[in-house]
Amino acid sequence: MSVTTRLIVKGGRVVDPATGTDGMFDVLIEDGVIRRVGKDLPVDGAEIYEVPRGAVVAPGLIDIHVHLREPGQEHKETVATGTASAVAGGFTAVACMPNTTPVNDHAGITQFILKKASEAGLARVYPIGAVSLGQKGDQLAELGEQKAAGCVAFTDDGHPVATALLMRRALEYAGMLGVPIIDHCEDPSLKGDGVAHEGYYASALGLRGIPGVAESLMVERDVSLAELTGAHVHIAHMSARQSIRAVRWGKDRGVRVTCEVAPHHFTLTDEALEAPIKYDTNLKMNPPLREAADRDAMLEGIIDGTVDLIATDHAPHHADEKMVEFDRAPFGIVGLETAVPIVFDRLVHTGKIGLSRMIALLSTNPAAVMHLAGGTLAEGSPGDITVLAPDMSVTVSAAALRSKSKNTPFDGWTFRGGVAATIVAGRIVYRA
Amino acid sequence: MTAIPGDRLIADITGTAPATLRSRHLLGIDGLDAGEIQLILDTAEAMKEIGTRSVKKVPTLRGRTVVNLFFEPSTRTRTSFEVAEKRLSADTLSIATAMSSVTKGESLLDTVRNIEAMAPDMIVIRHASSGAPHLLARMCRSTIVNAGDGMHEHPTQALLDAFTIRAHKKRLAGLKIAIVGDLLHSRVLRSNLLLLKTMGAEVWTCGPATLIPAGLERLGPRITTSIDEAVEGADVVMMLRIQQERMHGHFFPSVREYFSLFGLTSERLRRAAGDVIVMHPGPMNRGVEIDSEVADGASSVILEQVSNGVAIRMAVLYLLAGRDTAGNEG
Repeated sequence: MSVTTRLIVKGGRVVDPATGTDGMFDVLIEDGVIRRVGKDLPVDGAEIYEVPRGAVVAPGLIDIHVHLREPGQEHKETVATGTASAVAGGFTAVACMPNTTPVNDHAGITQFILKKASEAGLARVYPIGAVSLGQKGDQLAELGEQKAAGCVAFTDDGHPVATALLMRRALEYAGMLGVPIIDHCEDPSLKGDGVAHEGYYASALGLRGIPGVAESLMVERDVSLAELTGAHVHIAHMSARQSIRAVRWGKDRGVRVTCEVAPHHFTLTDEALEAPIKYDTNLKMNPPLREAADRDAMLEGIIDGTVDLIATDHAPHHADEKMVEFDRAPFGIVGLETAVPIVFDRLVHTGKIGLSRMIALLSTNPAAVMHLAGGTLAEGSPGDITVLAPDMSVTVSAAALRSKSKNTPFDGWTFRGGVAATIVAGRIVYRA
Repeated sequence: MTAIPGDRLIADITGTAPATLRSRHLLGIDGLDAGEIQLILDTAEAMKEIGTRSVKKVPTLRGRTVVNLFFEPSTRTRTSFEVAEKRLSADTLSIATAMSSVTKGESLLDTVRNIEAMAPDMIVIRHASSGAPHLLARMCRSTIVNAGDGMHEHPTQALLDAFTIRAHKKRLAGLKIAIVGDLLHSRVLRSNLLLLKTMGAEVWTCGPATLIPAGLERLGPRITTSIDEAVEGADVVMMLRIQQERMHGHFFPSVREYFSLFGLTSERLRRAAGDVIVMHPGPMNRGVEIDSEVADGASSVILEQVSNGVAIRMAVLYLLAGRDTAGNEG
C-alpha cells in the first residue's frame, strides 16, 4: 500500500482566475492533486512550503509554444534541459513543437518525447503533432493516432500550413477530434528570404524585409477558414498590428479563433537591431521584431482581451549557429526563463494589466485553449503551482540559464518580478 | 609609422579637420562625422599626388600586412584596394571565395580567426551579408575595413564619390544630387545618403516603386519615381546598377521598359545643370540604366571615379594605420 504524499503551500495570497479566488489561503496537495484551498489547513504530518512574504500562489503556468528540440537537435536543447528551463521560469507544463528531427508526425515520436519527459520528471510535457507528414504541406499526418498517443494540438510551426485547402481539411479533421490547429502565419512569397521587419531599420541596415502583412494575410485566411469549418484555429506568435485587427474582427463575429503573443513582441522593436549591438543575431526571430505601432498593438490586444495568452516561442539555438552573419543565423530566441520577469515588469508593474489577468494569460487561458488539465487550483486539479514573487529583482544572465542554449537578447537586463518556486504534482521542482 | 613625403601637405590641407579618426575600423559612413569625412577627403588629395609620380610608391605601410578578404566577386574594388596597399608598401594578400575554406563549410569567424593567427594588421572585407564586417569588428583583433557588405554600406565608394564631386564642384553642401536606379538593394546608395546628408547636399532618389526601400525618407532624401524630376537642375547624376536578375523578383517587367522609364539618356540629361557630372559606381549595364552616349560623354566622370578610388583607399588605410600606431603608443 502506497503512502499518501501531502504538501501544504502555506500562507500566501492565492490568485486563481478560474475560480475567482483572491485571498490569503493555504493549498493542500495530496498525491499530486489539489485537495483543498482554505484558511489555516491542519498540517497533519504534511510537508510544508512556507510562501515567502509578498509572494503569490498561482495555478501552474503553462507555455504552449516551446521548442524542446528532441529528438534530433540535442545540441540545442533536450527534453530534460528544456523542462529544467521551464520550471526555473515558473512553468509547470509546456507544449512542444513538432519541428524536431525527425518531425513529430507519428505516434512513436510522441511516445518518445513523453518518455523523455517522464524520465526528466520536471515540467509536464504536452507534445504537439505535425499537421502534415514531415511538415511538408502535402499529406495530412495521422492526427487521430497522434492524438491517441498524447498530442494535444497540431501545427506545422516553423512553416505555415501550406495551402488553404490543407488548412481547411486539417481544421475539419482536428475539429472532429476536438483539438485546435495552431498556425504559424506567414505568406511564403511575401516573406521571401526576409530576415527582419520591413521598415526603416531593415532598410538602413540593408536587411531583407518581411512586411507585417505577410503574417496578417494568412491570419485572415485562417479566420475565414475557421468560420467556414466551425473549427478552432489558434494563431501562434502574433507580431503585426494587422493580425490583431484580423483576430479581433473574427472574434467579434463569433469565429473560434484564439491567439498568443510572445514577450519579445510586446517588449522590443526593430530599433534594437541598430544598437547597442548592430546585427545582434539574438534579435533575429520569426516573426521578426516589428515597429513601435505593432508593439503597441500587441499591448492593446493583451489589455483588451483580443490576445488570449502569452507563449514564449522558446527557440533554443547553439551559440555556434548564432555566431554568424545575420542573414545566415537561425531564427529564434529562448524565452522560458525570462517570460515571468518581463510580464511583471512590462505589464503588471506598469499598470497595464492586473495580477489576475497575468495569471489568466499564463495559466488559465493556455489550459483552456489547449484543453489541458490544470490552469486552476480547483479541488481535483493537478497539483501544479507557481509561486510568483512580484517584487523580486531579476537580472538575466544568459550564461546562468538552465536552457542548454543561451540565445537571449535580454542578457544583463534587470526586471522586477520573478518566480519563488515551482511545484509540479505536489513536488517542489524549483526554488529561487 | 614612417612619415610620407606628403605629410606636410596633408597638414596644410586639413585645416579644421581632426587629426585622426575616432574608430579603429571603417565599417561604414555611419559613425563618421563631417570632420572625419573631410579628413579622409583631404588626405586623399595628398595620396592622389603620389599616383602622379613616376615612382608611385611610399614606404608608409612597410611591414604592415593587409588581407583582402573577398567573399563576393569584385574586380574594381579589390584591384583598387590592392593598388592602394601596394602604393603604401604594405604586404598584401588577397583571398577570394572560390579559394577559401568557406566552400568547405567553415564559418566566417573561423576563417578570419585562422587568418588572424598569422597576425595581419588589417582586414579588408567584401561580403554578401549585411553586417559581416561588424561581426568581425566585434569578435576579432584586426582593424576591419568594409569593402561592401550586402545591401548595407560601401563606405569607400561613397568617399570616392564625394572626392570626385568635390574635385569638380569644389563643395558638397547645397548641391542637388540625383541618385537613380535600384534603391532597394544598393549599398552604394546607403553610404552615399549618409555621407551626402552629413555634408549638407540635397539628395533626390529615383527608382521604380518596387525598388524603393521602406522608410527610405528617414534616411533623408527626396523620393520620386520620375527620373525627369530627379534630374531637373541636378549638379550630379549618379546612376545605380540594375541587376537583370531582379526581373525574376517581379521588380520590373523588362530591361526594355526599365530603360524607357529610368534609363539616363542625353535627352534626359539636358534637364540637369549645364555643368552636371554623371557618375556610376560600376559595373555599368550600357543600355539598361545608362545610354552609352552619356556614359562616354563629356559629362561622365565614371573613369575618374575609378582613379580616385585608389587615392581614397590609400587615405583610409593610412589614417587607420596611423590611428593604430597612436593607439599602441598610447
